[in-house]
Amino acid sequence: MLEITGLSKSFGGLAAVSNVGLTVEEGKIISLIGPNGAGKTTLFAMVAGFLKPDSGTVMFEDQNITGMKPHRICELGMVRTFQVTQPFAKLTTLENIMVGAYCRTSNRELAEANARRIAKQVGMKASLDQAADSLTVAGRKRLELARALATQPRLLLLDEVMAGLNPIEIDEIVDVIKKIRDTGVTVFLIEHVMKAVMNLSDYAYVLNDGVRIADGTPTEIANNPDVIEAYLGHGAAERMRVEGSANA
Amino acid sequence: MLDEFMLLGMMPAAVVNGLMFGAIYALVALGLTLIYGVLHIINFAHGALLMLAMYAAFYLFRHFGIDPYFAIVFVVPASFVLGYALYRWGIGKLAHGKDENILLVTLGLAIVIENAAIFFFTADQQTITLSYSYDTVDLGFVFLSLPKVISFFASLFICLLLWLLISKTDLGRAIRAVAKERQGARLVGIDVEHIFAATYGIGIACLGAAGCLLLPSFYVDPFTGNIFVLVAFTIVVLGGMGSIVGALVGGFIIGVTESVGGLILGESLGQIGISLIFILILVLRPTGLFGAKS
Amino acid sequence: MKSLKSRNGLLCLAGLVLALLIPQIIDNNFYIDVLTLVLFSAFLGQSWNILGGYAGQFSFGGVVFFGTGAYASSILFRSFGIDPWIGIFGAIAAGAAMGAFIGFISFRYGLKGSYFALITLAFAEFFRIIANSVEFTGGGVGIFIDYNPSLTQLQFDNPAGYYYLALLMTVISLLIAWWLERSRFGASLVAIRENEEAAEALGVNAFRCKMYAICIAGAMGGAAGTFYTQKFLYLDPPIAYGIGTSVEMLLVTIVGGLGTIFGPLVGAFVLHSINEVARHYLEAPGLSMIVYGLILIGIVGFLPNGLIGLFRRRQKKMAGGDDA
Ligand SMILES: Nc1ncnc2c1ncn2[C@@H]1O[C@H](COP(=O)(O)OP(=O)(O)OP(=O)(O)O)[C@@H](O)[C@H]1O
Ligand SMILES: [Mg+2]
Repeated sequence: MLEITGLSKSFGGLAAVSNVGLTVEEGKIISLIGPNGAGKTTLFAMVAGFLKPDSGTVMFEDQNITGMKPHRICELGMVRTFQVTQPFAKLTTLENIMVGAYCRTSNRELAEANARRIAKQVGMKASLDQAADSLTVAGRKRLELARALATQPRLLLLDEVMAGLNPIEIDEIVDVIKKIRDTGVTVFLIEHVMKAVMNLSDYAYVLNDGVRIADGTPTEIANNPDVIEAYLGHGAAERMRVEGSANA
Repeated sequence: MLDEFMLLGMMPAAVVNGLMFGAIYALVALGLTLIYGVLHIINFAHGALLMLAMYAAFYLFRHFGIDPYFAIVFVVPASFVLGYALYRWGIGKLAHGKDENILLVTLGLAIVIENAAIFFFTADQQTITLSYSYDTVDLGFVFLSLPKVISFFASLFICLLLWLLISKTDLGRAIRAVAKERQGARLVGIDVEHIFAATYGIGIACLGAAGCLLLPSFYVDPFTGNIFVLVAFTIVVLGGMGSIVGALVGGFIIGVTESVGGLILGESLGQIGISLIFILILVLRPTGLFGAKS
Repeated sequence: MKSLKSRNGLLCLAGLVLALLIPQIIDNNFYIDVLTLVLFSAFLGQSWNILGGYAGQFSFGGVVFFGTGAYASSILFRSFGIDPWIGIFGAIAAGAAMGAFIGFISFRYGLKGSYFALITLAFAEFFRIIANSVEFTGGGVGIFIDYNPSLTQLQFDNPAGYYYLALLMTVISLLIAWWLERSRFGASLVAIRENEEAAEALGVNAFRCKMYAICIAGAMGGAAGTFYTQKFLYLDPPIAYGIGTSVEMLLVTIVGGLGTIFGPLVGAFVLHSINEVARHYLEAPGLSMIVYGLILIGIVGFLPNGLIGLFRRRQKKMAGGDDA
């Protein structure tokens, strides 16, 4: 469904992403992990059309979308969320989600109905009339997800939608993502919460210093010496194994 | 043919005259670029505050016979205090940190100052005549009026002082720290609000000096400032927002463009060069000549 | 909710009927004239509101569309004998074309916020100088327009005629804003205002939406230009492209309420009332402008949603009270 080859991007002298290739298969949940500053968000930004890659190609459903504008890519059926949430602050939750829903219809009633349905799906029904800037962190993350979902994507790019949430909220959102997958939407997600990665993903890619260093099933990844090496300095390897076995 | 020869012959004079004015432009723009560089705000009241400084110099001369060049001693500190207070207890509080709001608040301020000037000073144009107003300096190929020459060197001198202030003093260091890294500056114990207000004050103090330097060779009325607003913005954008060197070079470029443009295209069409440069720079190179690439 | 909506609809209808009857009720040419100016300001303000209030692109040179329209219909009449009732469509087209031109240059190169405000100011200045220097605009002397009251000239022998024309234009502008509030296009503009990047991620073509918005603003400004010349019978570069009108456009909108249907109308009414009162009782030049400036500062500082916001907050409180 998504095929990335030789993708690179540098900022000044710093190579944020270098020569990365990967595939996302339809109907799966694929994870992208890696330490802070590994280049994950930069990769997403290139895939979704927000950054022009220095080199490489992005194919979405056999169509070359490299360098295409974000709104075009969204229309084609791929949408991203932002790691730092970007709500339309002065609008209500409903109005926020409706902007996404308008991607597929220009009919106001229809857009509103879709938005309400999706709000229910992600558990935001209670805060529909609340202004977006008064939402909690968890609420904002959900709103990111809901807005993206409202564009009726076939591929959903989620950038750390669980960061800053408490364990209960994480469990809830893991549940929501699984249900989204079950409706036929492919999910490609960046996540630091290892428990969720282990629990959710069918396959994972690991990025470090802009380079893809490993890929495999979550269990394979957790036991990969390169990955442990990359994470060691950040003290995540241990946590990863522990969490991994706890979930196994 | 004759016309072209005459044009060519007048060109050096036009260039030198442009440079003379350019120095004062640079001073006006310096205040604007400093404020932008540190506070990241566009001070739309810049022209109105310049006009106020010119009136200050004008009335000091009219009522107390104080020479405008000497009036700098009074007008600059007063401008600093005014700017400091305006920011600390006005603009900074009212704008809630939003870009457009600051533009609007300073626009409101400009409207108030301009119309208060109409109310108190009337809309009549005022000029002053000094004992040496008509003295000239002979450069061989051009006669320059003495006040213009004095203003030129005084502007350069003040620019130099400002540069020293920014680069050598504790206040300057604090200003640079705040410009670079607000949060970091706050963490190491710099009173950021005070530095913001002080920067705005220094920016307005530049206008105070510019007002005094302009008066001997320029008229003042409540709308004088408008003439300088677009010019100053153009210089700042041309030189690069926040760049002191840029403001200086930009000032000279715009001064020369204006006087040469006026010579070739005539008084009214000559002005077009400035808005054209402004548009082109914004579109093609918004970081300006000396601005940092973001 | 439903009852609130239908109540608002009734209020609008009542307002319209009242507005239509005013020339019958008030038999005083001076007041009719003032109200005409209020409507004219509200119309111009709405042009600014679409771009500044809804799409969030503040311009400091909104006057450029007005001036272009004013010159377009005047020149069409003077040089080609085209009557203003047709010429106004030329003015609308010229205003929209100017919008497309400025919009393309600014948005293509990603100018936003203060930079957009400044470049529009520069464009207004640019065209003022051009209009001042070329022959076919009448240069600095300006254009005098003949007075032949008739509908085809959009000129009238009594103030009520101008009043009704201004009312018609204002009602159309209100309908445009009303449509914005209920359409996908309007939602896209508001999304761009709130967060352009997020809007694009959700499929909004920001460049195209902003282009449409500036063209609509331009078209409205153009129509206002024709109205102005046919009423005041004179046009010169400072009138056509001076910053005063740009400021008035943003002032009435911000005072009334940015990005609201009735904001410009409310703002225009309040500011013109203040102006008239100040002129009558104070007779000091510049004084009402000082008040304007202070109001602008005060609104930005303390009432970011304008006077409409004040009213809305009360309405919301009332609605909340009903629920409880
Ligand atoms: N616009 C930019 N300009 C300059 N450098 C950038 C820019 N965006 C990202 N970088 C740098 O590129 C590198 C990769 O950043 P990126 O945000 O992609 O990492 P990440 O893997 O998403 O990290 P995190 O887990 O912290 O979100 C970092 O070193 C970052 O500082
Ligand atoms: Mg990231």
